[in-house]
Amino acid sequence: MSDLATSPDALAGPTPETLPRDGRRSYWAAVRERLSEDRVTLAFMTVILGAVGAALLAPWIAPYDPYATSMLARLKPVGTEGHPLGTDELGRDMLSRLIWGARTSLLMGILPVAIAIVVGGLLGVVAGFMGGAVNMIVMRIMDVFYAFPSVLLAVAISGTLGGGMGSGLLALTLVFIPSLCRIAETAASQIRGHDFVDAARASGAPARSIILTHVVGNVLPPVLIYASSLISVSILLAAGLSFLGLGVSPPTADWGQMLSSLRQGIYVAPLVCALPGIAILIVSLSFNLVSDGLRQAMDIKS
Amino acid sequence: MWVYAAKRVLYAIPIAIGVSVICFSLVYLAPGDPIQSLIPPDATAEDIETIRRLYGFDKPLVLQYLDWLARALTGDLGISLQSNRPVIDEVTRALGNTLAIAIAAILAAFVLATILGTLAAFNLGRPIDKIATSISTIGVSVPNYWMGIVLVILFAVQWRLLPATGMGGEGSEHFSWLQWDQARYAILPMVTMAMIPLGVVTRSTRSAVADTLSQDYVQLLRAKGLGEMQVVCHALRNALPQMLAVMGLQLGYLIGGSILIETVFNWPGTGLVMSRAILTRDIPLLQGTILVLALSFVAINLIVDLLQTVIDPRIKRA
Repeated sequence: MSDLATSPDALAGPTPETLPRDGRRSYWAAVRERLSEDRVTLAFMTVILGAVGAALLAPWIAPYDPYATSMLARLKPVGTEGHPLGTDELGRDMLSRLIWGARTSLLMGILPVAIAIVVGGLLGVVAGFMGGAVNMIVMRIMDVFYAFPSVLLAVAISGTLGGGMGSGLLALTLVFIPSLCRIAETAASQIRGHDFVDAARASGAPARSIILTHVVGNVLPPVLIYASSLISVSILLAAGLSFLGLGVSPPTADWGQMLSSLRQGIYVAPLVCALPGIAILIVSLSFNLVSDGLRQAMDIKS
Repeated sequence: MWVYAAKRVLYAIPIAIGVSVICFSLVYLAPGDPIQSLIPPDATAEDIETIRRLYGFDKPLVLQYLDWLARALTGDLGISLQSNRPVIDEVTRALGNTLAIAIAAILAAFVLATILGTLAAFNLGRPIDKIATSISTIGVSVPNYWMGIVLVILFAVQWRLLPATGMGGEGSEHFSWLQWDQARYAILPMVTMAMIPLGVVTRSTRSAVADTLSQDYVQLLRAKGLGEMQVVCHALRNALPQMLAVMGLQLGYLIGGSILIETVFNWPGTGLVMSRAILTRDIPLLQGTILVLALSFVAINLIVDLLQTVIDPRIKRA
């Protein structure tokens, strides 16, 4: 992710001369065609869709109530009859809890990035398009937030607020806004100098409609490419906050929180205790690889 | 170059001030009356009044900030509510422990990543490249706090080779990598910490070296009959500034983000101090630790930037 952050101009959107000549195929159609040939990306997209599907269908596909405890069936190993993935330290079915946990973990992975795209993207577009003092103020404020390592900023905000899902969400969103804002700003300020923007302005178009019709379309590809790589970071950070007791609070099923409460069981059922981490790893790996695939498909210049 | 260096140093000052403003406002972000977060729950009305005057909560915010900043600049970050010791003492002692594993982790990751990344760049598309790329993708995707638990399960529970948690010995003041009875406690946390930088640095080394190899002068070197080892040296020398920049940034991330790994291993560094401060609502301790960590991140970035201009004459930033 850092190599992207240091050279956002490498991500600038399609320029007219690199677009297909025949005029029928749009940029997005070309992206779709490139993606359909990339088997690895498609395979990991399926994994993500599977996880999202499991999360959405949790009440129907989870074999047990994720909150039903059993003092007799505590920390049963993987492969126990009736509990294919074993049980946790309170005797709750691991498979059911992992399925329910996908809800919070995916939500905490995607929602902060989505909010940050809107807020950071808008700030960046306005700063890049207006230039001057507005740009100076917005970008210097972003620099200050950029001066915090992401884990530290997330822990600082949610730790001071006292934890909980809301504060975790706020903390993660604030972590992602600066980098997205920077990329949007770079792309927007490059667009500003193009002739078609001057033409629009000369023909009397107001700033708001120039931004909406010309700037946003060109800023979106680089912002989306970068944002897709942030989802994996967000999932890791969110689970990390829960692991520290700062994210989702028990007994809500959440992969990071499960990892933390299962730590006491590593001597009894080590494999069961490792399961939530494997779930986090699979999902974050999938998002990373899909993000790489998207970048290759959306970067027309390559 | 000197002009650039001076500019870069000057530019770091407003950033540092901004960072201090954010740290200062954390006390106001905490739920409830800010004074509640600064006093122990059993404080008498008299104590509360003393602290209120001491911290100047009756003054305007800007004055409060300036007072706080003036105290912070002289090294006074307040008193920890739990231990009753100055925050600065707690932080500096813990920082040494964090640095001990973070620096070792970054060096180990750097050496391994340089080898992996270079091998990959010389064999683009071949199996060794695929292995290196997989390692780097997994390195950045793996939840490192989980990785730590897995290492504990394997090395401490199953094979009983290394201790699971803690630091052993006489405690924090005497930690040294040179003594095995202490160093063995640091191995697992260090390896866990090295995962992310290993992934990131392998990736950037691979692309930097591959970039260099595609340039004309490398063809000339080969045409002149230089051995592969000498070509490697040339390629690495050109990739060094970029690798150094990545490494500096990663060191900063490790120090700032040590809380997860230190919680897993109960390693008495800054992360564990923060973790304890959050758990006990010790806001002065939390605020002070965050300030020190964030300022060290700013300082590391500054140093790396300056070093880069020194070793890479192509960067002419006036």
